[in-house]
Amino acid sequence: MTHIRATAATLNGKEGLLIMETDVLKRIPISEQDPKARACNFDEVCLGYNEEEAVAEASRCLNCKNARCIQGCPVSIDIPAFVHEVSVKNFEKANSILSDASSLPAVCGRVCPQESQCEGQCIRGIKGDPVSIGKLERFVADWARENNIKPAPPTVKIDKKVAVIGSGPAGLTCAGELAKMGYDVTIFEALHEPGGVLVYGIPEFRLPKSAVVAKEIDNVRALGVKIETNVIIGKSTTIDELMEKESFDAVFIGSGAGLPRFMGIPGESANGVFSANEYLTRSNLMKAFDDDYDTPIRPGKKVAVVGGGNVAMDAARTALRLGADVTVVYRRSEAELPARVEEVHHAKEEGIKFNLLTNPTEILVDENGWVKGMKCVKMELGEPDESGRRSPVVIEGSEFEMELDTVIMSLGTSPNPLISSTTKGLEVNKRKCIVAEEEFGKTSKEGVFAGGDAVTGAATVILAMGAGKAAAHGIDDFLKSR
Amino acid sequence: MYEILKAQMLAENIYLMDVKAPRVAGSCLPGQFVIVKIDEKGERVPLTICDYDRTEGTVTIVFQIVGGSTARMSKLKAGDAFRDFVGPLGQPSELCKEPIDELKKKKILFVAGGVGTAPVYPQVKWLKENGVDADVIVGAKTQSLLILEDEMKAVAGNLYITTDDGSYVRKGMVTEVIKDLVKEQGHKYDVCIAIGPMIMMKFVCLLTKELDLPTVVSLNPIMVDGTGMCGACRVTVDGEVKFACVDGPEFDGHKVDFDQAMKRQQLYKTEEGRAYLKETEGDTHKGNCGNA
Ligand SMILES: Cc1cc2nc3c(=O)[nH]c(=O)nc-3n(C[C@H](O)[C@H](O)[C@H](O)COP(=O)(O)OP(=O)(O)OC[C@H]3O[C@@H](n4cnc5c(N)ncnc54)[C@H](O)[C@@H]3O)c2cc1C
Ligand code: SF4
Ligand code: FES
Repeated sequence: MTHIRATAATLNGKEGLLIMETDVLKRIPISEQDPKARACNFDEVCLGYNEEEAVAEASRCLNCKNARCIQGCPVSIDIPAFVHEVSVKNFEKANSILSDASSLPAVCGRVCPQESQCEGQCIRGIKGDPVSIGKLERFVADWARENNIKPAPPTVKIDKKVAVIGSGPAGLTCAGELAKMGYDVTIFEALHEPGGVLVYGIPEFRLPKSAVVAKEIDNVRALGVKIETNVIIGKSTTIDELMEKESFDAVFIGSGAGLPRFMGIPGESANGVFSANEYLTRSNLMKAFDDDYDTPIRPGKKVAVVGGGNVAMDAARTALRLGADVTVVYRRSEAELPARVEEVHHAKEEGIKFNLLTNPTEILVDENGWVKGMKCVKMELGEPDESGRRSPVVIEGSEFEMELDTVIMSLGTSPNPLISSTTKGLEVNKRKCIVAEEEFGKTSKEGVFAGGDAVTGAATVILAMGAGKAAAHGIDDFLKSR
Repeated sequence: MYEILKAQMLAENIYLMDVKAPRVAGSCLPGQFVIVKIDEKGERVPLTICDYDRTEGTVTIVFQIVGGSTARMSKLKAGDAFRDFVGPLGQPSELCKEPIDELKKKKILFVAGGVGTAPVYPQVKWLKENGVDADVIVGAKTQSLLILEDEMKAVAGNLYITTDDGSYVRKGMVTEVIKDLVKEQGHKYDVCIAIGPMIMMKFVCLLTKELDLPTVVSLNPIMVDGTGMCGACRVTVDGEVKFACVDGPEFDGHKVDFDQAMKRQQLYKTEEGRAYLKETEGDTHKGNCGNA
């Protein structure tokens, strides 16, 4: 691995160390791989703070009494407290504060949309840069991992069995919390690798698989959680069978929202049109980017990615690394791009083009069934609708064609109906999402709880984690009351 | 790990294995499939379930070498194991859902081509166990590539074998046998189930449409997860996009867009071939990076 450690100075064109000492309004810049170099490899883009940088950044925190950042955090991490411990170099204490609230801090520090959560609320942000809370979280979690700090195994044992379906952030968190309470927990995962979106969706260059994700999963195992891969609930067995035949006392469903959507435009079944899920699964889960692995991927030479979320950015940046010329096609304007600001920024730095206010209408196919282009129309933002969002409307006569060999559809995903259709008495809503109470994740079926993307539809890692944790408490209450 | 209890070469490049997989064996039905992965680096390979033993907890698979992963799988022996073995996937065959009394009234014709004989076998066997005799046509390129002949003979009503080159029993395509049975000999069938190479299923369907014989086919498009997550397996049936792994693998053959399905199957042809080359000739190519 050849990381290029950009210095603070090259990052914002001033003299790095000087800023570190004087300008408290500015955040300590973070080292990243050089955009040109990283466009050619799958190593992590962001290199994180070193100890000195972390302490300097943590010292910018005002330790507010009424900390607004905590309100912005979906799992209410005691942010000023952990940041303070970083500033006095007490990293172990900082880690234990983080671990109280979050079971996947090394993941969240890397993938949470901090700009709209904790950092979006930070008081420092009014006059200057907010404190880099996410980067500090990542620093602490990485420090703990490098220093081999493991969660303490549970001291009590409760003789009750809980089944957790799915090993994404929701399932892992719920399982970890229940194991800490002493329950006997088994996770059932449909794929051959645990981690959910963290292993099949989010790419290596944003979230290293063996260095970070696997270690977080090891921590959950260290708590006594068993993980059985290759079990598809609804096919290999059902929730009713788990409860009746395998004597599980309660079940948590954290099966995510994995079904891809397509646009329904002509040409969409042509060779060279992929769902982002397929493209990313081939590259991340199956490691098609690595020649040592058997699974193939068609990288494409001229690629359009349709959509503007994190998934679209990940697909675009993966295609770029596999050697393609990539354009993101999105029907609204830049301000509405749902992806994290950092991802859009990184994508642009790496040379990804954006065709905004553009909507595909047809995929053009050659005589052999391969994609040769895409017909699009230009859009403009119309009047705000009831939700306040300005919805895009087609500009008459603006039709044009893009020449392409690959189109990656990244239009959002919805929950797989497999579990709901095979479980008696489990209520779902119109969008196929499982109906569950927000507070404790209770569903319409006794003893069955749910949370994460399976309930909300595609959302975020931290919300899924929060729901997993809430459901663990719901399950604890339920099992204690019986 | 999923232990292999029996490994056998059925014909050149075609292998049969019994694999210990109690969860799959406990819940599978004819028509469904599994996904196997040999090791960390292997591909996820979808294979139709060829037989199962609920008490032993085993599932029988049959596969042909088509790429790097299947080439490596062919070298496994009894006592070795697959890293991953997941299923059952897809919908069970429609036959399994019909009341037995209804089935007994029906004349059923199976048409199997090549390795497609393997997935036909459990259905014929299941019918036999339920007191229904079905006729079976098995086509192979040549005698040495014919598989499961004895097994099939034991469960089929009438068994008709044909080889493309005439090296065994008769010469010709399966479609000629169908024509012969229906047009010449006046057999009446209520339903035909055809499983084999895409091109064979296409021509069987063209013929049976003409003969007004409802036909079910089992599609084997490219797959990744097998649970509806990626859409790699999409096929057009009656003008609608379906995911073969969850909606299928069996579909009404008269409504399948075979031309599109065949084009989609070509998708990774070169890459698959490349993986196979690497297996036999060593690592001769490297990954590609845009700017490098
Ligand atoms: C490419 C991509 C990038 C993203 N980037 C970000 C980001 O930067 N920041 C952010 O906060 N969020 C991001 N997200 C969203 C985030 O990953 C999800 O919101 C989160 O993972 C949801 O967690 P979950 O546990 O509910 O479900 P998942 O992570 O989807 O996990 C569900 C698991 O359940 C398994 N499963 C499903 N059905 C069954 C079954 N029947 N039986 C057994 N197992 C089953 C699945 O295989 C899967 O492993 C991204 C998502 C994607 C796809
Ligand atoms: S709002 Fe900002 S400055 Fe205040 S405690 Fe939180 S991180 Fe520190
Ligand atoms: S194989 Fe992925 S959706 Fe069917």
